[in-house]
Amino acid sequence: MNFDSGLPIYMQIVEIIKTRIVTGILKSGEKLPSVRDMATELKVNPNTIQRSYGELERENIVFTQRGMGTFVTDEESTLKGLKATMAREKIISFMEDMERLGYGRDELPGIIEKMIVEGK
Amino acid sequence: MENIVEIKGLTKRYDRKEALRNIDLSIEKGKVVGILGPNGSGKTTLIKLLMGLLHPNKGDIRIDGESPGMHTKSVISYLPDRNALYSWMTVKDALQMYQDFYQDFDDKKAEDLLQFMKLDRTMKVSNMSKGMKEKLNLALVLSRRAKVYILDEPIAGVDPVARDQILDAIIDNYKEDSAMIITTHLVRDMENIFDQVVFLGDGEIILSGEAESLREEKNMQIDDLYKEIFG
Repeated sequence: MNFDSGLPIYMQIVEIIKTRIVTGILKSGEKLPSVRDMATELKVNPNTIQRSYGELERENIVFTQRGMGTFVTDEESTLKGLKATMAREKIISFMEDMERLGYGRDELPGIIEKMIVEGK
Repeated sequence: MENIVEIKGLTKRYDRKEALRNIDLSIEKGKVVGILGPNGSGKTTLIKLLMGLLHPNKGDIRIDGESPGMHTKSVISYLPDRNALYSWMTVKDALQMYQDFYQDFDDKKAEDLLQFMKLDRTMKVSNMSKGMKEKLNLALVLSRRAKVYILDEPIAGVDPVARDQILDAIIDNYKEDSAMIITTHLVRDMENIFDQVVFLGDGEIILSGEAESLREEKNMQIDDLYKEIFG
């Protein structure tokens, strides 16, 4: 795994796990891999994974059960909120990219609609 | 947290050349520390001082509370930057030597590591590639229940497959109650396993800190920071 952006690695792992939850690779209420297994999979220091899990817990996306492990929340509203937030971030970054290419925001709906009609 | 390694004002001269100048460094238990710098920056000198193979001109080193000597040697497991095994040895002989030498050697762990590294007991050191030798040396070093692991350039000159196995073995053998000190100039491949990094240039600490804090502060990965400092 390459972590290319300037963000701390634990934050990039938080994003990876959020993506796995939103895309259904990790399901509502499912147990996350142990810190060690995740460290081996992503080839990072276990302390970093611990920190990522801690951050996800602070955001109420996962919860820890003593001696059992860390689980994805089963609160539907939290999961919906997570999906909405991630979608929003993607759209904002898309809009910024398009602006850099010289398109105005008002032109974007038309471009998207045309692509949908063309079935792309 | 308890410091397992404490270095204060460490200076080492060879003749008139200062190889290390006024080094301060504290390492807590459970931390993986990367000592980063180009060749000739003083990395290996620092390690030799920690190992008690060289004596400082000034300053103080404490490992597990003591100066380098009999006790510290017994708590440090050291991977030198070149193969430390005799070429006539088989994997089995090397294993036997480690068992005889070190009271903290864990047979079960060695068994697991050799299997993980895909090293057969009958293989001879003289017939091994550089990557295989490195894997064997590392497997033996990690099989000790030490308080401090010192790995000098563990992935230098090995192929990508062996490199991945070595990284996995290091991560899998991380222990909360011991510290790891790893020197490397291959920062890109190793930076994700460091808690703390020390940039060593021309015998001095140019920059040191928690890896994640440095990424946040400088808005770049440690490898980019390395290129900025030494490039």
